[in-house]
Amino acid sequence: MELTGAQALIKSLEHQGVDVVFGLPGGAILPVYDPLIDSTIRHILVRHEQGAGHMAEGYAMATGRPGVAIVTSGPGATNIVTPIANAHMDSTPLVVITGQVATKSIGTDAFQECDITGITMGITKHNFLVQSASQIPRIIAAAFHLATTGRPGPVLVDLPKDVAQSTMQWWWPESVDELDLPGYRSSFDIDEQAVTRAAELIEQSQRPVLYVGGGTLKARASAELLAFAERTGIPVVTTLMARGAFPDSHPQHLGMPGMHGMYSAVTAMQRSDLLISLGARFDDRVTGRLDGFAPDAKIIHVDIDRAEFNKVRRADVALHGDVRDIVRALDAATGKTLDLSAWWAQLRTWQSEYPLAYDPVSDDGLLRPQAVVEAIAQAAAPGTIVASGVGQHQMWAAQHWKYEEPGTWINSGGAGTMGFGVPAAIGAKVGRPDRTVWAIDGDGCFQMTAQELVTARSEGIPIKVAILNNAYLGMVRQWQEMFYEERYSEVYLSADLPDYVKWAEAMGCVGLRASTPAEMKQVIAEANEINDVPVVIDFRTDSSEKVFPMVPTGATNDDIMVHPSQRGARS
Amino acid sequence: MSAVPESYVGSSSTSPVTHHILSVLVENKAGVLARIAGLFARRGFNIYSLAVAPAEGHARFSRITIVVDAENTPLEQIVGQLDKLVNVVAISDLSPRDAVERELLLASVKVDELTRPAVLEAVANASASIVDVDAGAVTIMLAGTPAACDQFERRLEAFSDVELHRTGRVALSRLGRTNN
Repeated sequence: MELTGAQALIKSLEHQGVDVVFGLPGGAILPVYDPLIDSTIRHILVRHEQGAGHMAEGYAMATGRPGVAIVTSGPGATNIVTPIANAHMDSTPLVVITGQVATKSIGTDAFQECDITGITMGITKHNFLVQSASQIPRIIAAAFHLATTGRPGPVLVDLPKDVAQSTMQWWWPESVDELDLPGYRSSFDIDEQAVTRAAELIEQSQRPVLYVGGGTLKARASAELLAFAERTGIPVVTTLMARGAFPDSHPQHLGMPGMHGMYSAVTAMQRSDLLISLGARFDDRVTGRLDGFAPDAKIIHVDIDRAEFNKVRRADVALHGDVRDIVRALDAATGKTLDLSAWWAQLRTWQSEYPLAYDPVSDDGLLRPQAVVEAIAQAAAPGTIVASGVGQHQMWAAQHWKYEEPGTWINSGGAGTMGFGVPAAIGAKVGRPDRTVWAIDGDGCFQMTAQELVTARSEGIPIKVAILNNAYLGMVRQWQEMFYEERYSEVYLSADLPDYVKWAEAMGCVGLRASTPAEMKQVIAEANEINDVPVVIDFRTDSSEKVFPMVPTGATNDDIMVHPSQRGARS
Repeated sequence: MSAVPESYVGSSSTSPVTHHILSVLVENKAGVLARIAGLFARRGFNIYSLAVAPAEGHARFSRITIVVDAENTPLEQIVGQLDKLVNVVAISDLSPRDAVERELLLASVKVDELTRPAVLEAVANASASIVDVDAGAVTIMLAGTPAACDQFERRLEAFSDVELHRTGRVALSRLGRTNN
């Protein structure tokens, strides 16, 4: 069967089981958009290529399947660089297809030419420049294989226009051996001796903590983690990237660790004698000042990426491989029942002394943002998916929502990409149309990518957006208040400009506003009744509210600052 | 690629080991060298020297010999990150003690009636050879250990108007030693 390169690309995506792509056409990618008309693949036409990338990420994080985006060359390609970098930091499986100028024009500064494989070399797991149409099936199959196996990540395929227009004889690689990846391995034998050593450390430990990272979700290891944790009684913390990997309602869950983590989770790690790290990478936001981090803890480090071992903290036992397989092996190898009663007594004390705290009554009559998150959560159906942007609202959404299952918390962790929330929520809703999807966003973030609500309305993707509108770039404001003597520099945005309700309506969405607790409950109920169009709620929140607990930068986790109302009690 | 740091010049197999030699088998594809150089640049790893050539008669693979600073970055981290590059097929870490290292040095030296005997003596002593000659200059080649090249380079400092170029080293593991 003779096909054009463009037809071969679409057919290859179909062979990969792709059901939806996010994209925006342009000159160099034009040939690809023609066979798309005849394809079973749904195309979501975005309003900005950054939106396509974040939607693909949201889709991937909600479904566990790779997200796919198609954009044109030059500015189309550079506009999706931020989502690629974001996916690279958070190990999200993504396949991004960019148009490129014709092969003979490459290197001549042609119209809409840019060296996107060069630009993305350091922020992709791998990238390809297609040189002939006959390579397309192999490269697409390789791109999906790379994106989804081992440590997942973004893969970019750059397709010159003439290659898309030339013809090839259709073929499809039947096995991984045909992908021409002689340097790539994604499955690894478990080191049984290391498992035995790890099991010995676990059996000897008095104060163990399961330090659960995003890799646990990628490895689909939640059930194995639950079984292992329950059998051993070891307490669990879930990082920002791992919220939902272990039920928040579980009595062994101490919550999120890190800069804005729960006191009990942070302090449990600090006082631990054994951290069992499952797909986590000792990020600076978790460790605080490194030389003061968990000083008495031995480390069992489980990861599919061996470059993570000893990168930040020396591991006593490094276990290379799939987290799910290794948790199973650890469970089987750990025989002795642990007596953790003294440890749990201590942990329960910390939990009861320092729960999450905020003052529910605001002096200025505005809403407390934490109360908004809790009210939305209370009225939400089980399994509701939450996406967020980056900043204070992200931390409140991570702290105050109870995540019970994988794929229900979608955020930008490593890169900290403002504007992630709305498009990621759209992508999540496309992937899980059966679920309610809330974007909990900040006013600063919303203004960065709100135009994708036009996409959501026109494509029939009814997400709900809660703007925690405190009229500020809130996290920066918090730092300026706390560490720059309240010298506020370029952080004020205004609560009324833009008018979020009118803006929502202009984009075909329902716009609502709440300034008091009574209005808050009413608009949430109203939003929950609307399931055909996107809803945007402008929650007017108190701008003086800060995220606590907090470990200031440069401080060790021992110097965690709890909410001011709890400080008198602190021993 | 950074210039050879002061502390490195003159190092030999008897001096404290601060460098390692990575013999990296890569796919012979466009951009592979940029991927490796880019990785070292963005992760802040130092390269002392780098040499590339087709590997063992293959059209499909190339061998890159990279001398890395293993003092400021743990070798494990360099190898681990390098191994993640999809085009990297195999990495052999050669400790200088377990490797045969060689380097090529070319130098053009201006000579006159007065300096010619001294230059020729230096060439003879170092077992170097003259590969090009004209009325006022000679071009000298030395293939030897990095230490021998260092020594010869210092020897040539005695002469004015020296233009010198070194290739950076290539290496193989010593016979009878296993490497990873």
